[in-house]
Amino acid sequence: MTLHRITLKTGADLHGFRKAVRWLIAEELAPQHVMFAVDDAPGLFGDETVAIAPPVAIPKGVSRLIEQVVCHSDPERYALLYSLVWRVQNGERELLEVASDPLVHRIDLMARSVRRDLHKMHAFVRFRRMGGHELERFAAWFEPEHFILEAAAPFFVDRFRSMDWTILTPIGSARWDRHELAFGPPRRREDAPDEDSFEEGWRGYYESIFNPARVNPTAMRAEMPKKYWRNMPETAAIPGLIQTAAQRVERMIEQEATMPAKRTPERAIEAMWDQEPKTLEELNAIIAKAGPLVPGATQAVFGEGPHHAEIVFVGEQPGDQEDLQGRPFVGPAGKLLTQAMREAGIEREQVYLTNAVKHFKFEQRGHRRIHAKPTTGEVKHYRPWLMKELELVRPKLIVALGATAVLALSGKATPITRSRGRATFGPYQGYITVHPSYLLRLPDEATKREAYEAFLGDLRRIHDLAQADLETGELRLAAE
Amino acid sequence: MDEKLSKKLRILADAAKYDASCSSSGAPKRKSDPDGLGSTVGTGICHAYTPDGRCVSLLKILLTNYCLFDCAYCVNRRSSNVKRAKFSVDEVVTLTVEFYKRNYIEGLFLSSGIIRSPDYTMEQMILVAKKLRRDHGFRGYIHLKTIPEASPWLIEEAGLWADRLSINLELPTEKSLEQLAPEKDGASIETAMAQMSERIEEAREERRHFSPAGQTTQMIVGADETTDADVLRKSATLYGHYAMKRVYYSAFSPIPDSSAILPLKSPPLMRENRLYQADWLLRYYGFDVDEIASSAEKGMLDLDVDPKLAWALKNRHRFPVDVNRAEREMLLRVPGLGARAVDKIVVARKHTTLRLEDVARLTSGLKRAKPFLITADHHPKARLDKLDLRERLIEKPEQLSLFV
Repeated sequence: MTLHRITLKTGADLHGFRKAVRWLIAEELAPQHVMFAVDDAPGLFGDETVAIAPPVAIPKGVSRLIEQVVCHSDPERYALLYSLVWRVQNGERELLEVASDPLVHRIDLMARSVRRDLHKMHAFVRFRRMGGHELERFAAWFEPEHFILEAAAPFFVDRFRSMDWTILTPIGSARWDRHELAFGPPRRREDAPDEDSFEEGWRGYYESIFNPARVNPTAMRAEMPKKYWRNMPETAAIPGLIQTAAQRVERMIEQEATMPAKRTPERAIEAMWDQEPKTLEELNAIIAKAGPLVPGATQAVFGEGPHHAEIVFVGEQPGDQEDLQGRPFVGPAGKLLTQAMREAGIEREQVYLTNAVKHFKFEQRGHRRIHAKPTTGEVKHYRPWLMKELELVRPKLIVALGATAVLALSGKATPITRSRGRATFGPYQGYITVHPSYLLRLPDEATKREAYEAFLGDLRRIHDLAQADLETGELRLAAE
Repeated sequence: MDEKLSKKLRILADAAKYDASCSSSGAPKRKSDPDGLGSTVGTGICHAYTPDGRCVSLLKILLTNYCLFDCAYCVNRRSSNVKRAKFSVDEVVTLTVEFYKRNYIEGLFLSSGIIRSPDYTMEQMILVAKKLRRDHGFRGYIHLKTIPEASPWLIEEAGLWADRLSINLELPTEKSLEQLAPEKDGASIETAMAQMSERIEEAREERRHFSPAGQTTQMIVGADETTDADVLRKSATLYGHYAMKRVYYSAFSPIPDSSAILPLKSPPLMRENRLYQADWLLRYYGFDVDEIASSAEKGMLDLDVDPKLAWALKNRHRFPVDVNRAEREMLLRVPGLGARAVDKIVVARKHTTLRLEDVARLTSGLKRAKPFLITADHHPKARLDKLDLRERLIEKPEQLSLFV
């Protein structure tokens, strides 16, 4: 049988190889009868004309391996890959699973070498800013070991999408103009800029982050082989760093401990621990500066009421109205709460009203801002502020309005139906009831009235509890 | 780049180099916006290696090396006479963006000495991250060092902007902390770790961003008397309680202008290396701390052989192991076989019977594995019980530069 010569294009000719494989498999030509050559001017040496043949169904793992290995610089790559395909098509469907097979092992090493070169290209390309352009433009010169330019380029698009950049290599060039990726012919080193104003600073960083007491050039070279050095500006520092390392360490060891040149800054040290906010105003300033920890919100809505109120009411989060006005409980639910308080004999001006979450979390739907329930994690983001707030108000009784408030106060999720009534929140006496917005959401009037009465009952008990002397535990409650 | 900024960068990089971590791994894959900058790739990228063999992935700097704390092991302690500098928030942002655009780095790892107060310092660090994300649409990697003495709400904020948070425990015992780091307190460090771990877990379940690459920590090795077994016990606790992504071990290394109360000698690099190996055995090879501790002498790991080999030599009755039959768990305990090699063995043997040359293609540690392994054409027989087995398996130490 004659030897069939297949010629493919220089570089990673995946298309040509795929076409050839289809034809070879269709013709049932075993690897020992096929020879692969690489040339940019095919057809000169009486090559085989590869006819169109139907696709070959090969396992995914094998085609992925082919995509990588065609990038390898070894001229034997196509022959090895064809042997692999042949065996897979002839009874060894799961050949890739036998990693110990000499052919699989060899192809795997080649694939690894390609992946490594890709990874190193992503790592070691150094862009330099091009002069003479009004808008920023960057260019880099790089010399890959394999034919990986096209495989490597998408990474740079994903990362530097808003930048105009070009990567020049001896095997081709890639240009991204902020909109489109285009590949061009091979270029020369001289085509790239030969300096960049940040390189000296970068070299300074590289020198300073090196620890001379741990010098280990072998480990460095294993990960950053010398062949890459000439295109990396920082590597110029390497010989000097290695040469002086031992001396620098010796000096550090020999040098005797010195006395501190400055005296101990006693006052600054003492003042450093005095960082806690001491008033609600200070705390609120911190919250305002931090900004929302949930999506949405135009401003933080702080607690409101006398600074040492006996009762603190904790709601879920500000709503649309609260967010616009910057005050808690001024929307529909707030109005209902105020009314119920009045009926239960609690003066709104005498209690402190606040929310577990200090910002309005919402989703925009058209012109409407729809309330979005804060997640457990989000409630907990706000918890340290709430705890500090309570510490500053020091109330006799804390009322949790709804499940979010309970979560914020206790640190764990508890259903309201089961825990409604008296409770303890850390060092504080507490009371759990529903959030007034729950009353607004009920569908029919009868249930609404019933729920409102129950809510009123809770508020009356809260009123009585606050009257009682909680500190001695003596409760003089009319209701109990 | 402006000369003054260059000078500061040298000082504040020099001050940051004793932090072993530089990893940019674990963040969810992100791409840059049409107007933004940056991406993350999951495993992280090392953009250069310094002659100490360490990877340069992130711009690892301190915001300032002025510090009110006086930790004896630290180059930046207030009583040290090193040169001091302070970056402005905008300077750090500029450096990060400009270095990133040139493909020098994966992102920023920002730490700081404590100035004014822990809260003030932490706020400045958060501000850097916030500006990068908000003003520059920066999607690269951000690792923020958390200051455990800062108020708890700052941790809540930091995690929203950072990919990774970390607090360095530095010393494994309360006693050492008291002696060498008078301003630090083990309990408050662990409280902060617990807070971060809880929030990281919740955010993961809720598919929100809060330090998605988890938290890490570091312990210094060789500055105090703690044994390897106790260091590893501490690590096991940290992994267990706070779901640490990694515990870094940093061999205590001579520093310029060091404190009089600490040992001045070359860093125990081999010890550090053995601790890392033991750490991997804990996390990926199914060993528990007591097993590793039991094969250590007086709590110290054998410096001549790796901890898996040390364990195997003391537990020879569990070997030899048949590569064609043994359970995965037992194969993982064979010296010289890594987890990846074991996985390949388990798959390959479904189709073929493995011989010694086959195993040689799957691992580079065959020399160490051979006495503990049975293959289709190899049985170690009595060799396993020979007394000189350990000596024969010791890796020849590389020529030390001292004798050159």
